Amino acid sequence: MINGLGIIEIINKLAEVMEKNKSFLTELDAAIGDGDHGLNMAKGFQAVTAKIRDDDGKNIGDILKKVGMTLVSTVGGASGPLYGTAFMKASVVANGKEEISIEDFINMMTAAIEGIKMRGKGEAGDKTMLDALIPALEALIKAQATGKSSKAALEEAKKAAYTGVEFTKTIAAKKGRASYLGDRSIGHQDPGATSSALMLEVIYNSL
Amino acid sequence: MVGLVFVSHSEKIAEGVRELSLQMAQDAKIASVGGTDDGRLGTEPGKIVQAINEVYSEDGVIVLFDLGSAYMNAEMALEFLDEDKRLNVEIVDAAIVEGAIVATVESSMGKNINEIKHQLKNLKLGKM
Repeated sequence: MINGLGIIEIINKLAEVMEKNKSFLTELDAAIGDGDHGLNMAKGFQAVTAKIRDDDGKNIGDILKKVGMTLVSTVGGASGPLYGTAFMKASVVANGKEEISIEDFINMMTAAIEGIKMRGKGEAGDKTMLDALIPALEALIKAQATGKSSKAALEEAKKAAYTGVEFTKTIAAKKGRASYLGDRSIGHQDPGATSSALMLEVIYNSL
Repeated sequence: MVGLVFVSHSEKIAEGVRELSLQMAQDAKIASVGGTDDGRLGTEPGKIVQAINEVYSEDGVIVLFDLGSAYMNAEMALEFLDEDKRLNVEIVDAAIVEGAIVATVESSMGKNINEIKHQLKNLKLGKM
């Protein structure tokens, strides 16, 4: 179980990781997009940390809603509505909760992915963040169902996310600015899938 | 008169499209919105909501946009609107410059949302 203050710590770590990987994510996005993913994620999460700084941690749903709304209003690019909606949908699942379990996290991630699909009208194979998140969730559910510990299950999720990132190198983008490049996007990993994998890695490391 | 909102990642594009459109009909109700609050290229739902409210009337509003994430943020903007307004605002898939001109002319002639949408059909790009 992890409580609200623990969640806030994780979100602060996410901000650190986004800042650290700003150039990397920007490079990836410059190769097949508009080159703003790193900057956008760093700015968005910087604003997020300020927003949740004084949260008392008693309602995890509230925390995640703040994260979502802040990303929506500060990111500017597609990650805003996509990650914003993801966190907002997850917040509904966590509403009123002071602590969450791995089962809660599975439900939150499920809701988040449905939100991303609804918002972006994307699906697996489009070369997007979904190509990291969907396999990660599947691995997480499978590991959890076979009785693995939360830490081990999250490790499976993280590994599956990075495998998904590698997979995005092999396909052409069907969504987003990269879709204008067609086959020229093949050979490059998707920036959104990369930032998603980074997030899952932070969550795994935090446990 | 149906109000019009033009949403672009670029403030310059949005404003430029508005300028061009006003040449066609000086009395058209148009709000342009583009770029983030801190001057980056991109869009924000809050600004789109503001723009919609600026030109809103019982005749409703049509929102035109440039690229994908502008559409996602426009959709989010609609979700943030009051329910009674939401039913009266439509995001339309149309080439933004040409669509803006057509929509402006039609709106200034007093056409309603459905009539304007009908005129915009030929400019549909499959971006929604």
